[in-house]
Amino acid sequence: MIRQNPYRLSIEQMQAKALEIRRDIIAMLVEAKSGHTGGPLGWADVATAMFFHEMVFDPQQPKWPDRDMWFYSFGHVTPIHYSALAEAGFFPLRDLMKFRKFDGHLQGHPSNLDSPGIEVSSGSLGQGLSIAFGAAYGSRMDNHPRRVYAFMSDGEQQEGSIWEAVMSAGHYKLDNLCALIDYNNIQIDGHVEDIMGLAPLADKYRAFRWHVIEIDGHDFPQILSALDEARATKGKPTVILARTVMGQPVSFMRDNYEWHGKPPTREQGEKALTELGTSLDQWSARLLNG
Amino acid sequence: MPDMKKTREGFGRGLVELGKSNPDVVVLVGDLSESTMVSFFAKEFPDRFIQMGVAEQNMMNTAAGLSLVGKIPFLSTYGAFATCRCLDQIRVTICYSDLNVKIGGAHGGISVGPDGATHQAMEEISMLRVLPRMKVIVPCDYEETRKATLAAAAAWGPVYIRFGRENVPVVTNTETPFELGKAIVLRPGADLAIIACGVMVFEAMEAADALAKRGIDARVIDLHTIKPIDKTAVIQAAEECGAIITAEEHQINGGLGGAVAEVIVRHRPVPMEFVAVDDRFGQSGTPDELMTAFGLRSRDILAAADRVLKRKTERVF
Repeated sequence: MIRQNPYRLSIEQMQAKALEIRRDIIAMLVEAKSGHTGGPLGWADVATAMFFHEMVFDPQQPKWPDRDMWFYSFGHVTPIHYSALAEAGFFPLRDLMKFRKFDGHLQGHPSNLDSPGIEVSSGSLGQGLSIAFGAAYGSRMDNHPRRVYAFMSDGEQQEGSIWEAVMSAGHYKLDNLCALIDYNNIQIDGHVEDIMGLAPLADKYRAFRWHVIEIDGHDFPQILSALDEARATKGKPTVILARTVMGQPVSFMRDNYEWHGKPPTREQGEKALTELGTSLDQWSARLLNG
Repeated sequence: MPDMKKTREGFGRGLVELGKSNPDVVVLVGDLSESTMVSFFAKEFPDRFIQMGVAEQNMMNTAAGLSLVGKIPFLSTYGAFATCRCLDQIRVTICYSDLNVKIGGAHGGISVGPDGATHQAMEEISMLRVLPRMKVIVPCDYEETRKATLAAAAAWGPVYIRFGRENVPVVTNTETPFELGKAIVLRPGADLAIIACGVMVFEAMEAADALAKRGIDARVIDLHTIKPIDKTAVIQAAEECGAIITAEEHQINGGLGGAVAEVIVRHRPVPMEFVAVDDRFGQSGTPDELMTAFGLRSRDILAAADRVLKRKTERVF
C-alpha cells in the first residue's frame, strides 16, 4: 500500500466533512447526556484536515505497521476524536450513539483496548507529548517514514511534564514529530490567560528549540500549508499553534467556557443542529443507521 | 560468609544479555547510568540507549511511546522516583493501556544507607501491586535479578523490578530455576514458613538455620514475584506449616506481607507475623546500622517466629 491519506479530500470537501462531524458531535452528546462540547467543536476543522487529508492510515487495519501515529493528549475531546474516527471508517457511525454508555465501546476518555484507532489511553492531561516523543524516537531509530502527531490543548500546557517532553524533543531534534495545540484560550474554570497564562507560548516553544507555526485553526488552506511546512522542517520538531474558537460555529456556545465540559440538552442540541443546517431527529437517524 | 554481589549489577548484566539476544530491547535512563548500572548496556549498544536527563515522568511515557512502535523499553532510575513521581503515567498510560514497558527501580529499601529517606524506596510494592496488569518482582540476589530481567523482557506488559544498592549475599545460583510468578522453596520445613523477598531472603535463611538448632524446621520461600502472587505456594505453606512470617525491606502496609495476608485470609487463615519497616521513613546511616535499627535482621525474624509459634500452639488467629 502507498503511504498516503486514504481520502485526500479537497478543501471544499473538507469543509463539508467538518460540518458533518460537528453534527455528529452534537447528536452524540445529546444522546450521551454527558461529555465535552466546546473543545470538540472548535477542533473539528483541524481534526478533519488530519483525518481526511494529512495522516497516513488504513481504517481497515488500524495497526498497519506503515501508519502515521497520533496521540490525543487532551483525551476529553473524545466527541471529535470518535466522530472523526467513525467518519474515517474505523468503526460504524452508530457506535457514536453509544458514547459513554455501558454497552458501547466508546469510553468517556479514549481507551486503546476498547476502540480501534487509538494508540494509547489518555485523559490524564500532560502525557501525550512524551508518548509521541517516544514513538517518534523509536520510529527514527528504525528509519521509519511515519510522522507522529501529538494533539494537545492549551490548558494542558500548564502541566510540567509537557515541558519535559518539549525539552527532550528539541534536544533530540525530532523532526518526525509534530505537535498541534488547540489554542482557544479556554479551560474549565475560565480563560487560560486568566487561570494560568501561557503567553508568549510561541516564544516558549522557540526557546525550547522548536519550529513554531501560528495559524487560524478554522482556515483549511492555513492548516494544510502549516502541515506541509512542518513536514519540510528538518532538524527540529514543529508545533502548530492553531487559534480556534471553542464551540465554533454554534452561536450560543462560541468562546463560552461554560461549554467546556457539559453536553447540550435536547433543546440546545436541536437549536445547535438547526444552526448547522439539520435537525436532531434527522441527524440522530443518520448516525443510528450508519 | 557467602559471596556478596550487587542486585543492580544483575540488572545491568541482564540488560546486556538481552541487548545481544533481542534487537528490540532499548534502555532509557534518567541521569543515573552508573548508579543503576545500565552503563554496561550503554557501552555495548549506544544506539539503543537513550539518555532522558532528570525528567522521570517524560522518561516513563517515552518508554510507553517506544513500546508502541515495537520496542521493549527498560527504563531505570531510583525506585522512589520511578514509582511515586510517575504513578499517574504508570497507571493511565502504561497499565490502563497495557503497554510493554519494563521499569527498573534502583535503590530499593533502607539498605540504600547514607542518602537517607528521600532515596530509600520503601513503598513501591504497595503502590504498584494495586495497579491492574502490573507485575512486581523483588529478586533476592545478583543471579535472580539477572534472571528476572530476562524474564521481564519475555513477559508481555508492564513489569517492575526492584533492586538494591549494596552488595548482598548470593543465595541462588545459575542453576536455580526462575519463573515469573512462581515462588521458590529454598528450604523445606513444616513448623512455620518464612516468606521473603529481596535481601530478606538471606536473613530468612539465617533465621531458619538458627531455628533448626532449636529443632524447629522453617520452610523458606523466596517470593520474588509479589504480583502475580504464587497463591499455590502461599496456601500450601499455610496448610502444611500452620504459621507464616513475611519478611521484606519495605513498609509494613500493603507490601509483600499484605499480599500474602490477602491470600491466606481468603483461603487458609493461619497465624501470621510481619517483619517489615514499621510505617516510618528511613534516615541516614550505614546499611548495617539501618537494617538493624529498622528491625530487618534474622534476629527480628526469630522474634517473629517465637510470636507466631506461640499463637499457633495456642490457636490464636
